Amino acid sequence: MPNDLWLSIGAILPIIVLAVWACLLLLVDLFIPAQRKGWTASLAAVGLLITLAVILSRLGQSQSGFGGMVMVDNFANFLSILLLASGLAAIALSHDYLQRTGIERGEYYVLLLFSISGMMLMGMASDLIMVFLALELLSIPLYVLAGIAVPRLNSEEAAIKYFLLGAFASGFLVYGTALVYGASGSTSIAKIVQVIQAGQHNLTLLLAGAGLILVGLGFKVAVAPFHMWTPDVYQGAPSSVTAFMAVGAKAAGFAALLRIFVLAFPVVSLDMTPVLWSVAALTMILGNFVAIAQKNIKRLLAYSSIAHAGYILMALTPYGQSNVSADSVASALFYLVAYALTNFAAWAVVIALEQADERGLELSDYAGLGRKQPALAAAMTVAMLSFTGVPPTLGFVGKFFLFRTVIEGGFIGLALIGVLTSLVSAYYYLRVVVIMYMQEGEPVVRRDGWLYATAFVSSIGVVALSIFAGPLIALASRAILNLF
Amino acid sequence: MVPIQYYTALSAILFTIGALGVLTRRNAIIVFMSVELMLNSANLVFVAFARSFQSINGQVFVFFVMAVAAAEVAVGLALIVAIFRSKHNINIDQINNLRG
Amino acid sequence: MLFDYLPIIVLIIISTGLAGIAVLLGHLLGPRRPTLRKSVPYESGMRPIGPGARRMPVRFYLIAVLFILFDIEIIFFLPWAVVFKKLGLFGLVEMFIFIAILLVGYVYAWKKGALEWE
Repeated sequence: MPNDLWLSIGAILPIIVLAVWACLLLLVDLFIPAQRKGWTASLAAVGLLITLAVILSRLGQSQSGFGGMVMVDNFANFLSILLLASGLAAIALSHDYLQRTGIERGEYYVLLLFSISGMMLMGMASDLIMVFLALELLSIPLYVLAGIAVPRLNSEEAAIKYFLLGAFASGFLVYGTALVYGASGSTSIAKIVQVIQAGQHNLTLLLAGAGLILVGLGFKVAVAPFHMWTPDVYQGAPSSVTAFMAVGAKAAGFAALLRIFVLAFPVVSLDMTPVLWSVAALTMILGNFVAIAQKNIKRLLAYSSIAHAGYILMALTPYGQSNVSADSVASALFYLVAYALTNFAAWAVVIALEQADERGLELSDYAGLGRKQPALAAAMTVAMLSFTGVPPTLGFVGKFFLFRTVIEGGFIGLALIGVLTSLVSAYYYLRVVVIMYMQEGEPVVRRDGWLYATAFVSSIGVVALSIFAGPLIALASRAILNLF
Repeated sequence: MVPIQYYTALSAILFTIGALGVLTRRNAIIVFMSVELMLNSANLVFVAFARSFQSINGQVFVFFVMAVAAAEVAVGLALIVAIFRSKHNINIDQINNLRG
Repeated sequence: MLFDYLPIIVLIIISTGLAGIAVLLGHLLGPRRPTLRKSVPYESGMRPIGPGARRMPVRFYLIAVLFILFDIEIIFFLPWAVVFKKLGLFGLVEMFIFIAILLVGYVYAWKKGALEWE
């Protein structure tokens, strides 16, 4: 028995635990009666907690496994913890919502676990083969989750659109990987770096490969011009799925982008930086301006998520400058945390107001929420302020951190676009607040403990962590990418 | 031995055909077949380079791509069947409930 | 370098040419006396029932999906079998784990009734 196999298995133990738990849960769920699917939900949450415990027990050490295919460093652990917490929040949002809309199936939670294990793998993947496998492991369950409300037509439509464009995107990723393999003779990031340092690579192929990989992952994180699927999928998929997808898929996609670009592709930064610059600028402008016209809250949040992908991509623009790239990674990670917390606060409120048959999702349905449900309205207000980037919220600290990185990298123009589009975004985010407090109405609100807990914990976290942001920033700064 | 450029050129053509197929075709199954063509064109690059480098890595990747493509086919077919059951149509231009 | 392939190209040209000539000659020289019986799809065979392009029942797709899933996983068995002797016990255990994972899916499909025709 190869000895380093045990080390490798030890390195990815959290993922193994989660995947095995998911497999067993799939079998256990067969014997859980349909009206008791709460058990499946609790068991899934237990699985996430066990995985979290495994990760926390080995924090701080950095291991690579399977001949350098996975790299479990601080970066990967940071992301894993973020993703597991998001998974727990998603389960808290799901159970009551699925039950009252009549789409609760045990498979939902199993697919959620599989998807999270793929996302965690994405954070660890340090070989392009692994990136592809992780991307598929996280995407395929998400395609099914988007369509889990079958035979509701909107859900089916969301699923098929997400599926076709997702598969299209992975085509680009695989082809880009193939070209990088051709350019450097390896798919392992560490080996690619060696080949590049020795100057034995083929620059043209490498550049084409990097471009195609950017397109493939750009689809996943929904940056313009690869964002077309986002509003439709976010609107059509069940809200609890959308809430999770917005955070998880984005975090995983950016994890892969950061690791691949910062470690392997600084050599093509001269050509890639202008591309990243314009994609980030276009995404911020388009996401924020189109969001103004939206009347459906799910579509509004979809365009908002596009805009936020643009902000995070902005941090990646100076990735080629070795003195800034560490800040790039740290600020992107920090912003992902800020986005995740804010996102769950907002979606918890959206789910609380959603009625059967996708009613209660228009902005006008929020009229009068401030009077009738002051607590929920406060949570929503905090989320909207954080999305806008107003202090004292985590969104403000995150954006500040991002802009500082971009200016450090010397892209004053891009930072300016970021600030200006944030001002534009204030219009549509604050409009939600205005509708909640200034207009009269009788909103129908679902009362559910887990929903409220998610809304309050996230929104309190958004405010509290912004005041005591120091430790979180320190954690994000220590989440450096390891090459070997 | 056939030079590597021939393989890469062929695969680039196949990839372009696949990508154009996704963008222009309207039948969901044909769109999906075009995606598969894109994946397989990448497989061709992998195998060709694996041969020219005399290394096995590229071929291993092809195995993974094929297995993953099969999983995608399964999910895709299931979704297409589901949407056919409710709409009796798989033209993606007519799957357009969602807009805003 | 491509010169090596010249014989193949010549062979392709000759074989398609010969086949084409054979079909063409039969077409030109052969007598044609069509009768009703000769022009049915299966000459001297069974009588066709219904139109040729009928829709497959959706069940076939379900079976196709399951077939693809379990069929393609077999490609991992082939390289494993080639180096089985080198891997020894370790390879055997690993393959059993792989099969166990497949089995989870199989049991799930079975319990959900996906394998039953009706």
